[in-house]
Amino acid sequence: MSAFGIFTQILQLLLTVLLAPFLLGWVNQCRAWLQNRKGAGIEQPYRKLGKLFHKDAVIAENASSLFRMAPYIIFGAMCLAAAIVPTLATDLSFSAAADAIALVGIFALARIFISLAAMDIGTAFGGMGARREMLVGFLAEPALLMVLFTASLISRSTSLTVIVETLAHRHFELYPSMAFASLSFLMVLLAENARIPVDNPASHLELTMIHEAMILEYSARHLALIEWASSIKLFAYVSIGIALFAPWGIAQASDWLGIAFALPILIAKLLIAGMGLALIETLMAKQRIFRAPEFMGTAFLFGVLGMLVHFLLGA
Amino acid sequence: MNFLPLDLVVSGAILWIVLGVAGLAARNHATLVRNAIFPAGALIGGLIALSAFFAHGTETMISPLGLPGLHFHLRLDSLSSVFLFLLGAVSVGISIYSAGYFRNEKSPGLLCLEYHFFLASMVFVLLADDAFLFMVSWEAMALSSYLLVTTDHRIGEIRSAGFLYLLMAHVGAIAILLSFATMGGDYSFDGMRFAHLSELQATFAFLLAFFGFGAKAGMLPLHVWLPEAHPAAPSPVSALMSGVMLKTAIYGMLRVVFDLLSVQSWWWGVLILGLGLVTALFGAVFSAVQSDMKRLLAYSSMENIGIILTGFGLAVVFRAFSMNSLAALALVATLYHGVNHAFFKSLLFLCTGSVLHATGERNLGRLGGLIHRMPWVAWSALIGSLAIAGIPPLNGFVSEWLLLQAFLFTPGLPHSYLNMLIPVVAAALVLTGAAAGYVMVKFFGIVFLGQPREEKLKSAHSAGKWERAGLLWLVAGVVLLGLAPSFVIGRLSEVCEFLVGSSLAPDRRDWLFLAPISPERASYSPLLFLVVTLSAIGLAFLLVRRFYHGRMRRGIAWGCGYPFRTSRMQDTSEGFGQPIRQIFEPFFRIERELPSPFDSAPRYRGATGDRIWSWIYLPLGRATEFLAALFGKIQQGRILVYLLYNFVTLMILLLIVQ
Repeated sequence: MSAFGIFTQILQLLLTVLLAPFLLGWVNQCRAWLQNRKGAGIEQPYRKLGKLFHKDAVIAENASSLFRMAPYIIFGAMCLAAAIVPTLATDLSFSAAADAIALVGIFALARIFISLAAMDIGTAFGGMGARREMLVGFLAEPALLMVLFTASLISRSTSLTVIVETLAHRHFELYPSMAFASLSFLMVLLAENARIPVDNPASHLELTMIHEAMILEYSARHLALIEWASSIKLFAYVSIGIALFAPWGIAQASDWLGIAFALPILIAKLLIAGMGLALIETLMAKQRIFRAPEFMGTAFLFGVLGMLVHFLLGA
Repeated sequence: MNFLPLDLVVSGAILWIVLGVAGLAARNHATLVRNAIFPAGALIGGLIALSAFFAHGTETMISPLGLPGLHFHLRLDSLSSVFLFLLGAVSVGISIYSAGYFRNEKSPGLLCLEYHFFLASMVFVLLADDAFLFMVSWEAMALSSYLLVTTDHRIGEIRSAGFLYLLMAHVGAIAILLSFATMGGDYSFDGMRFAHLSELQATFAFLLAFFGFGAKAGMLPLHVWLPEAHPAAPSPVSALMSGVMLKTAIYGMLRVVFDLLSVQSWWWGVLILGLGLVTALFGAVFSAVQSDMKRLLAYSSMENIGIILTGFGLAVVFRAFSMNSLAALALVATLYHGVNHAFFKSLLFLCTGSVLHATGERNLGRLGGLIHRMPWVAWSALIGSLAIAGIPPLNGFVSEWLLLQAFLFTPGLPHSYLNMLIPVVAAALVLTGAAAGYVMVKFFGIVFLGQPREEKLKSAHSAGKWERAGLLWLVAGVVLLGLAPSFVIGRLSEVCEFLVGSSLAPDRRDWLFLAPISPERASYSPLLFLVVTLSAIGLAFLLVRRFYHGRMRRGIAWGCGYPFRTSRMQDTSEGFGQPIRQIFEPFFRIERELPSPFDSAPRYRGATGDRIWSWIYLPLGRATEFLAALFGKIQQGRILVYLLYNFVTLMILLLIVQ
C-alpha cells in the first residue's frame, strides 16, 4: 500500500462524491436542451441538496431506527462503490479490499437497505416500491455480474484495477464478447439508476414509480443523503462503463502528471456519457412496469451471451 | 492421562446421552431441565467444537461395543472435524436458546432426551468408520429427529409431515445401505478405501450414495419432506435439522465420493453440479412465493444445499481432471458455505421461533412491525438475512465469492462442452444469489417492518434472556466467519490436502487480505471493507451534524395524501412474491379461483404448489396402491387359504429342487 496509492484513493473518492451531483445536473440539463427547454442549470442538484440539508426532518410516527440509519448506510455504501471503481488512476490502495464481485455486493447492500427502509413505514406505496426495486435488482444484479465476469475472463482477474489496466492496454478492436457485454451493461445502467425506460426519475404518478415510491417518506437530510447517494450511484455506473468499455487515458503510473492528464479526459468522457444518457432518455418512452422483467431478462441474457461468446471465440 | 480430541468428542457425545436420560428422569422438574440441562448441553457442544477445532491428523479408535467380530470403528480426521466443529459450535447457540424456548413445555423431559440423543447420534455419524456404526447412528439420527418433528403430534398436519419425513429418510437409508454393500469388503471404511471396484460397481455405489444422501439433504427431486418437516418441528429443532442435519448428508457425500470411492469419473461431478443447480434455483424461486415463514426458510435451505452441491460438483469435476488446486478452491467454497449456512440458517430459524412464541403466528400475512416489539430478535434476524443474501462483509458473501472465483477459473478444463456449460452454470448461480436477496427482503420486511397486520401483535413480547444469548452466539458466529476468512481457510487446508491432495495454503501472514489464488487474480478484505464502510457512514453522520443540524420531528406517514390508511393496505407476502411467481410460472402448479364480476359473495383463492408432487410422488403413490390392491387379492384372511399357499409354494420348490 503506497502513500501515493492512498492519496489517489482519497482524491478519487472526494472527486467522485463531489462531482456526482454535477453529472446528474448535466444529464438533466442536456435533456432539457433536447426537449427544447431552458433547464435549471447543471448546479441545480447542489442547490437541491443544500436546501434539503437545511430543512428539519419529518419522520413518520412508526418509523424504526432502521429507517433513520438507512440513508447513512446507503450513502456509505455508495461512497465505497465510488472508491473502488478506477476512474482517475489505477493505483488505488483500497481496490485490493473489494473486487468486482464485492462491488456488486455493495450495490446489493444499498438496494436491500433502501427497500427495507421503504417497507418500514408500512404504507402501500413503500412496499410496492420495495417489491419492484428488488425485482429489478433480482435480474439486474446478475446481469451486471455477467458483464464484469466477461471483463474478468479477458483480464483473468476480478480485481477492478487489473481489469482496467488490461483493457486499457489492449488495441482498439471490436471484441464480440465486450459488444454483448456493453449492450447488457447499458440496459443494467438504465434500470439500476431508475432511468427511462424502466423507471422515470421525474415521475409524479405514484402507481408507476419505483425509486420515488421507496423514498416517499423521507425528507430533509435523509432525503438529501439518498438523493446524493443515487447520484453517486449513477456516477459509479457511468465510471464502470467508462472503465470497461473506454478505459483509455486513465493514469496508470503513480505520478502527478498522469493524474493531471487523466482528469480532463475523464471529465470529457463523463460529459459525452451524460449526453448519451440524455439522448436515450429523450428518444425512449417509459415501459409499462410489467415489461420491466422482460427488459432485465434481456439484459441478463445478453450478459450470459457475452460470456459464452468469450468462451467460444476466446475474445 | 492425556486426552486426545477423539476421546473428548466421544465422551462429549456420551455425556449428551447421559444428559438426555437425566432430563427424562427429572421430567417433573421442568425448571431444572431448562435451566441446568440445556445449558450443560451447550457446554458440551462447546467442548466438542473446541476439540474438533484443535484436532490435527487422524485418530482412530475401536470401541468395545458392536457386534461380535465387528466392533465399532471410530475415526476423527480432518473432514469429520470440520463437521464436528460445525455441529458443536452451532449446537451451543441452539441449546442455550432452547433453555429459554421450551418454557411453556409442561414436560420438557422427553424432548430433552430426544434432543440430546439427536445431537449425540449426529456425532457418531460423523465419527463412524465402518458401515455398521454409520447406519446405526444414521438411523438413530433419523428416528430421534422424527420424534422431535412430531413433538406436537396431536396436530394431524404435523403427524403426516413427520410420516413423510420418516418415509423419505428410510428410502434414503436403504440407498445408502445398498451403496455400502456395493462397496463391499468387511464393511469397515478402511476396507472400502482400498477395495478394487470395477467401474460399473463404483458408479453404482456412487449413484446409490448420492441419491441416498440427497434424500436427507433435500436435493431435488427428493426434497418433498423438507418444506413439510421444517415448519412442523419446534424452532430449535428446525434450526438443528436445517443447520446441522442437512450437513451430515453433505458430509456423507464427501466421505463416499472423495474418500471411499476417490472420484472415478468426471460425469459424477457434472451430475452433482446439475442437480445442485436445479435444487438451488428451485429452492430460491419457491421460497420467494411462500407465505409461511418457516416454510420460506425451509425452501431457502434447499437453495443453500443446492449451492453447496454445486460447489461440490465443481470440485469433483476438477478432481477428476487432476486440477487439484482448483478442486481445493471449490471444496473450500463448499465447506465454507456449509459452515456459514449452519450459522445463519439456525439463527433465522431461532428468530422465527421467538416470533412464533411471541405472536403464535407463522403466517407472514398476519405479522409485521415486530422490530418495535422485539428489537433483539429483529436485529439478529437482519444480520442473518443479510448474511444469507450474500451481502459483504458477512459470511455468506465469502463463500459465494470463493465459489464464483472457482467458476471463473474453469476455462482450463480439457473438455470443450464442459467449458461451454460452466458460464451458464455460473449465471444461474448468480441468479440464485440475487433471488436470495429478494427472499430475505420479503422475509425480514414483512415480519419485522411496517405496521402490525393484526391487533394482537401490539402485545407481542420480546425474547427472554436465554433466547437472546443463543441468538447472540450465532450472530457472533456469522460476523466472525465473515470477517476472518483467511483464518477459516487456513483451518480448511488440511481437509483439502486430505480429500483432493492440494490446498489453497493462503499466506498466514496476510491476515487482512484473502487471495485464494494470487493477489493479482482476486483479493478481498472484509475487515478493511467493514472499516471503510463504517468510517464513511460515521463521517457522513458527523459532517451532516456539524455543518447542518440534527433536528427532527415526527408526524403521521404521508402516504401520498390519502387520508384513509390501514395496516391492511401494506404489501402482503403473496403480493411480494407475485412478480417471481409470474416470471417463473412454469415452475409452479398454480390453482386459482377467481370471482366473476357478478358474484354476490366473491371468493378469491390461490394456491401455489410443487409440480414434482404431481409428476413423481402422486403417480408413485398410486402405483403403490395399485400393487398393494393386487397383493390384497391374495390376502383372504383365512388360515385355510394361507396354508394352501404354503402347500403350493412347497410343491413348486420341491419340483425345482428335483
